[in-house]
Amino acid sequence: MALILDHVTYEYGNGTELLVRALNDVSLVIPDGQFIGLIGHTGSGKSTLVQHLNGLLKPTSGNIYYNGEDIHDRDFSKKRLRSKVGLVFQYPEHQLFETDVFTDVCFGPKNLGLDKKEVQLRAFQALKQVGLPDDCFYQPPFDLSGGQKRRAAIAGVLAMKPEVLILDEPTAGLDPKGRDEILDLVASLRKENGMTVILVSHSMDDVAEYVDRIVVMNKGSVCYDDEPKQVFAHKEELEAIGLSVPQVTDIMHALKKAGWWSADTSVITIEEAKKEILRQLRKG
Amino acid sequence: MKIIKTKDLVFEYIRRDEEGNVEGITTAVDHVDLDVNPGDFIAVLGHNGSGKSTLAKHFNAILTPTEGTVWVDGMETEDQEKIWDIRQRAGMVFQNPDNQIIGQVVEEDVGFGPENMGVPTKEIWERVEESLKAVGMYRYRKFAPNKLSGGQKQRVSIAGVLAMHPKCIVLDEPTAMLDPGGRKEVIRAVRALNDVERVTVILITHYMEEIIHADKVFVMDGGRIAMQGTPREIFSQVEKLKELRLDVPKVTLLAHELKKEGLPLPEGILTVKELVDTLDALRTGEDRWR
Repeated sequence: MALILDHVTYEYGNGTELLVRALNDVSLVIPDGQFIGLIGHTGSGKSTLVQHLNGLLKPTSGNIYYNGEDIHDRDFSKKRLRSKVGLVFQYPEHQLFETDVFTDVCFGPKNLGLDKKEVQLRAFQALKQVGLPDDCFYQPPFDLSGGQKRRAAIAGVLAMKPEVLILDEPTAGLDPKGRDEILDLVASLRKENGMTVILVSHSMDDVAEYVDRIVVMNKGSVCYDDEPKQVFAHKEELEAIGLSVPQVTDIMHALKKAGWWSADTSVITIEEAKKEILRQLRKG
Repeated sequence: MKIIKTKDLVFEYIRRDEEGNVEGITTAVDHVDLDVNPGDFIAVLGHNGSGKSTLAKHFNAILTPTEGTVWVDGMETEDQEKIWDIRQRAGMVFQNPDNQIIGQVVEEDVGFGPENMGVPTKEIWERVEESLKAVGMYRYRKFAPNKLSGGQKQRVSIAGVLAMHPKCIVLDEPTAMLDPGGRKEVIRAVRALNDVERVTVILITHYMEEIIHADKVFVMDGGRIAMQGTPREIFSQVEKLKELRLDVPKVTLLAHELKKEGLPLPEGILTVKELVDTLDALRTGEDRWR
């Protein structure tokens, strides 16, 4: 049970001078329950890639399989796919449109044709899961703060009970605490529901501490696909394509350069870095 | 004379429900006194909803105070006759690069401001050239803006403001929508304006690493100035910043944690180089730490 991309290429502007190959022969296997960070600079093709995963875009060539079935087969239900692969767009709060938060969250499950009771139950559960206080439920979405609106929008997708949750830049524009809160929320959702989560971001610092695997995109192709530590070993290469390693990793690289030690530059968290530095200093 | 000065600045707005009945009054800016010297690099931090954007919009008379006064280069922002002078002195750059570029070609977009001011054509072209050079975008002067990256578009936006020869430039989260490469480009351009052209900069941001070179930092909370000082003074107060929903750069946090473990490090280390040098000195120094 997984999402599989098999040699997916996507082009637009076909037949004109402006042909762009937004995805170039991408093959990926996304097993159930994995937490993946999809990283790339603006225009690297990461948003195009995730729009293929729930059938919003159709590859020019190549296939996408969900649980073994080709999602572009004629008898495959796109509607069911979209309830199972939930996509939270950039700035999702711009898409809140109902008169109150609760009705907005009901919109997705209602469209799945569920009965009213089930719809309301799901909306309620989803709002609880994202940690919105009860007194927000019947407020107009516009009265909520930026972080709360984003939570409400995420709840709208959760209410569909997806098996795969994709979030495109979920922390953009939030203050540091808001960033941590959203990321903690995503991590806990994944833990509780056992969902597969794909986090699209251009910030290594955001994803480093959370994900099992990082996929780095550049010019429509996958250029790294590995555990975070392995990926961050490529500091210079990442910087050359407009990305950066987490600042902690940066510090370890700099210390190593200063002739410190045969050091461990795969350190990601503050805690690990602290231990490593103290260990080295005590050793003298 | 101060380039920007606010005294007892209060800004309130009325919230209404769907029928238009008054629901309540929100005080977005609450008695703010602030002075900006010409040539300063000022940073404003604060969580979402802390009032920093509302404050910034007073610096070029997009908003005018409910109470108190704002002076821009000595002119009161409530003086309607001065409004164009004020906007020429203090230019503004916003978050979304796609919302502030109107020209079909980069150089045309940059020329829009001075053209509206009635600058003679020959001088417009001179200004366009020098502004694009100042942000490192001269090479792209013939490009269509939609062919540029986010960071490049923001630099064009900055050039557009620069071409109006402002004394002060206010940037409201100019890097929020950019990737790390784009963020670096924009911050580098902003610092160059301040260092080389001596333009006063007011930078509003959520990224702590971007303000370590500022002369002074203001932290907003609940419409008030909650903290002010040099970046080093501000970032020394790790716990207080966290209470205000903010953060410190990771390198500062690591230094703070190491200090808690007993390492003799100064508070408020701001750059990777600083930390590495200090640690290196500890390791090799005579008063070796055990």
